[in-house]
Amino acid sequence: MNDRIIFEDVSKFYGEVLGVNRISLSIPPGITTLVGPNGSGKTTIMNLMTGLVQPSNGRITVLGLRPTDAELFSIVGYCTQFDFFPRGITGWQFVFDSLMLHGMEEAMAIDLAAEAIERVQLGEAASRKIAGYSKGMRQKIRLAQSIAHRPRVLVLDEPLNGLDPMARAESIELFEELGRQGMHVLISSHILDEVDRISDRVILITGGYLIAEGNIHQVRQEVHEKPMQVLIRCDHPELLAAKMFSINHCVEARLHADGKGVFLRTADIDQFYSMLNAIAAEGLVKIDAVAPADDDANAIYQYLIGTEGGPS
Amino acid sequence: MTPTQLAGRARTLAQQPWGLWCVQAVRLTRIELRRNLFSWRATWIYCLAFIPAIIICIHALVDRHPALQMGEDTNILAGIVQLYYIRLGVFFGCLGIFSRLIRGEMIERSLHFYLLSPVRREVLLLAKFAAGSISAVCLFCSAIIVDFALMYAGFGAAGRDYIFNGPGLGQLEAYLLITVLACLGYGSVFLLLSMMFRNPTPAAMLVFGWETINPVLPSLLQKISVASYLRHLMPVTVGANGIFALLTVETEPVSGWVATAGLLVLIAIVLTYSCYRIRTLEIRYSTE
Repeated sequence: MNDRIIFEDVSKFYGEVLGVNRISLSIPPGITTLVGPNGSGKTTIMNLMTGLVQPSNGRITVLGLRPTDAELFSIVGYCTQFDFFPRGITGWQFVFDSLMLHGMEEAMAIDLAAEAIERVQLGEAASRKIAGYSKGMRQKIRLAQSIAHRPRVLVLDEPLNGLDPMARAESIELFEELGRQGMHVLISSHILDEVDRISDRVILITGGYLIAEGNIHQVRQEVHEKPMQVLIRCDHPELLAAKMFSINHCVEARLHADGKGVFLRTADIDQFYSMLNAIAAEGLVKIDAVAPADDDANAIYQYLIGTEGGPS
Repeated sequence: MTPTQLAGRARTLAQQPWGLWCVQAVRLTRIELRRNLFSWRATWIYCLAFIPAIIICIHALVDRHPALQMGEDTNILAGIVQLYYIRLGVFFGCLGIFSRLIRGEMIERSLHFYLLSPVRREVLLLAKFAAGSISAVCLFCSAIIVDFALMYAGFGAAGRDYIFNGPGLGQLEAYLLITVLACLGYGSVFLLLSMMFRNPTPAAMLVFGWETINPVLPSLLQKISVASYLRHLMPVTVGANGIFALLTVETEPVSGWVATAGLLVLIAIVLTYSCYRIRTLEIRYSTE
């Protein structure tokens, strides 16, 4: 069984409406973020992967299994963004019933359900009916249900929606841990700043088309028409900015609010770094730290998809 | 198909995880039963099933029961089963129970939880059908048993004699068989309709019309109907009256076994097609 999620030239049309068009992906283990505006096709990609909708064209395999294979769901957990549950059910029943459908022994289902509920820190609320849950609790119980059977692929559609900052941080920590364990974690989220920190790669889609895919830094470097921004922490930021401008390698400079750094924008990052090394070697400026300031998913999203509305 | 191919197919079938499917089907059925039978939303179906029992009970308490009237009451009970239960009670009860199994969950946006579990979709459908059938059969069969008991309770010793030493028990068995078959037949039809249409009620009304006019259709068309098979199983004939009697086409009498087998074949065909449909079912709640 191969260890990738593969989309081969996949298209999905809802009648005459385009869902996604000719998407080809090969997703390795780790954390992958799906980024795109509303209606861009993120949920369609997730639903296609899990067989909730069928492709109009193309072929999908998840670790070698097709989405129509029932065995797929032994290795896949999908936390959808549908905020609905079977009527009259408690949180515990919701997780336990879904585990029992795997055909496992009752004792094992009890252990796994308890472990998953503990992991999302829902505690005693699990014995209450879901109808009385807050949005954040409903999100947590859905997450518990999707990880309870210890899947190898976890698909999370807007998993941070409705969570308070504390729960959000805990969830991100959980995703990070699952990613480290070699799981496939596919996340769509509009809270890019937080998800960005833990993503190994990003998939950018808009209007049903794949526009960029890969390691987040590589994707950023491929956006040639947008000069990259770098933050340099140093003792004489004004001097550094003047020097960089004089050798014509900067298109924009902005002092950091604390006056101990400068944001420099350059069209040629490789040349920029070699010049920076040269300046540092001259000893005119003492450089403390250098960090890319706009190679996060949010910035790439803005550059590639647009500035209006923001992602979802 | 060659014998080698047949043997290959048989081997493939034998290698399927039947044990796991059975376990999953039983567990799904249990979950569905909990939701079908013990829910406030099922109250109207309980009412539908037990309204005749309430009326018979009032009748038993208020009216005197001379032994001579037993034949008339037997005909009334047959009329209740054929005209109320089969035509209305079981029909609409099954519409409520079976159309909720798939379409209801799509409207409530909770069907995806089942589709995302490692259960073959055919197993899911058949388990849901089993749960719906058990619910409908439990409700309507127990209602008919209560009707039957109340109908003859007022006759005292004569009633007991009719039941245990006369044709009473045989009639009850026939009514129960008819009810079970009606639940399975209408259930399979409504389950399929609920997958084919966003709102299965108009289609169900067409089926209702078809079942109503069925006796006046040519005998070949009568075979595509649940009610026509059930008519042949009735232990007491309820004749049509008025203009309807004139239009009724009398078909050749069919033995109970043939009628039962015919209906079971009809159910199997409908369920097979439903299994085919659920394989390609998509979750698109936004269009519900």
